Amino acid sequence: MARSLPTTPATAGAARAYARPGWLRRDHETLSAYLFLAPNAIGFLIFSALPVLAALVLAFYDWDLLLGAKFIGLENFRRLLLEDANFRAAFLNTFYFVAVSVPLSAGLGLAVALLCNQALRGITLFRSIFLLPYVTITVAVALVWRWLYHPDLGLINNLLALVGIDGPSWLVSTRWAMPAIILLTIWKSFGYNMVLFLAGLQGIPEQLYEAATIDGANAWQRFRHVTLPMLSPTTFFVVIISIIGSFQVFDQALVMTNGGPGVATTTLVLFIYQAGFQSFQMGYAAAAAWLLFVVIMVFTLIQFRAQRRWVTYE
Amino acid sequence: MASTALRGRARGEERQLAWRRIAWPLIVYSVLTALAVLTLIPIVWMVLTAFKSAPEVAASPPTWIPREWHPENFQAAWEFAPFGRYLLNTAFMAGTIMVLEVLTSALAAYAFARLRFKGRDVLFLIYLGTLMIPRQVTLIPSFLLMRELHWIDTYQGLIIPQAFSAFGTFLLRQFFLTIPYELEDAARIDGASRFGCFWRIILPLSGPALATLAVFIFLFQWNNLLWPLVISNTDGTRPIAVGLRKFLASTAPTGTC
Repeated sequence: MARSLPTTPATAGAARAYARPGWLRRDHETLSAYLFLAPNAIGFLIFSALPVLAALVLAFYDWDLLLGAKFIGLENFRRLLLEDANFRAAFLNTFYFVAVSVPLSAGLGLAVALLCNQALRGITLFRSIFLLPYVTITVAVALVWRWLYHPDLGLINNLLALVGIDGPSWLVSTRWAMPAIILLTIWKSFGYNMVLFLAGLQGIPEQLYEAATIDGANAWQRFRHVTLPMLSPTTFFVVIISIIGSFQVFDQALVMTNGGPGVATTTLVLFIYQAGFQSFQMGYAAAAAWLLFVVIMVFTLIQFRAQRRWVTYE
Repeated sequence: MASTALRGRARGEERQLAWRRIAWPLIVYSVLTALAVLTLIPIVWMVLTAFKSAPEVAASPPTWIPREWHPENFQAAWEFAPFGRYLLNTAFMAGTIMVLEVLTSALAAYAFARLRFKGRDVLFLIYLGTLMIPRQVTLIPSFLLMRELHWIDTYQGLIIPQAFSAFGTFLLRQFFLTIPYELEDAARIDGASRFGCFWRIILPLSGPALATLAVFIFLFQWNNLLWPLVISNTDGTRPIAVGLRKFLASTAPTGTC
């Protein structure tokens, strides 16, 4: 057969279409393609693509669900960016959350993955323990952690008292509420990062370590010049996924503090939720959601730009 | 002279062996154990506290092992909120979304991976584009759409808008592209229809990918809070993540509200 092997996804299909004998081609390929697509595409267009377009329109309107919607141009964006102190607070809180939780959770995940990537007895038990927090329901563990964080009765401050530290008042303190939420998030998420890093570590060929050892590299040098570069695509993935996910933090903030005290832990998504479903400013909430999208997009693009400097592909 | 050098080297190797066999595993185990204890503390404490009496829960300093065991707490919690209903709602919502999404994504992914048709690339770009837009952007319009359809506080409102994802289609398309064309061509020559190829060749070969997607979807939906929070207003449709918030008021220790 003169059929070429599939090379890249795009050309493979094209090459096939021409190489195929005529009697195989006459079967209404387009029609069957649409039939295959229909169940997903109809639902997708109505419930995903249409709302995206609607959100784009809605962001330029003032609408409280009761009175008719009024076109106000860029007014929503102007208010958000220039006037609304709560939005600015939510913006900064979310940045704070991302800037602290992503490196710590990824770093801890990597460290634990390195420790768990050894042929030692019982290592799978440890891996399961570290993944345990990830599979719990966020709302449920957030309820429990509220207790742990209680200033007087909570376990954390009582444990701190054992080593002579006078613990802060955590969730009721403007200064410590966000670190408390970050700590819970790291506890819940580092196991997931560990799994991703473990998969990456196991993909590094053993020969590279052998070659490095023969060249006289010590353990640190092997880590620095073999493990880290070979792992960088995984690290890149973990960082991207964590940043995108962390910008959308919602559950913990809603359950633990509902954004308080004051607006100390109001995140962007919590702000959107409150603007839309508590003050019923639908257009305003939609505009805030678009700003969140722009922020995530910018950070993702910066990451993709920067990857040339530090990510090694074979 | 040569022999002493050899002996010295042997001793060095012995030391290295002792390090690798005993000292290093000991260090790794102690660090891992310390971390595991820290990880488990909240979970263990949660389980033990579930058996404590109300005064003991608020005792200062907190106790680890309950002084008296109160297994009836579980019954009280079960009766405080309709947990059975919540679990049923969650299982039904997550299960239906999982089945619908895997099935429709697989069908669409087959079209994107294997068939040539007008508008394929444009449609695929639209799929990829919405993948980059966070769910919160569509939260408000989706809610308004549900209101128009009178789907607020219904199962279809919980399920249908979440059941057609670009994510699943993209994931499965990438996997289908790795399956050799020859298998399908052979089946076509033997008279199989397009759907026959999909059903009898592509799907059976994609077990791991389908299972991965199914687990992802189920876990996400089991934990999902935002959309059900917006859609469910009564216990009849509330999944567990939303229902658990009932305990917020009653479990709030003084000083955290």
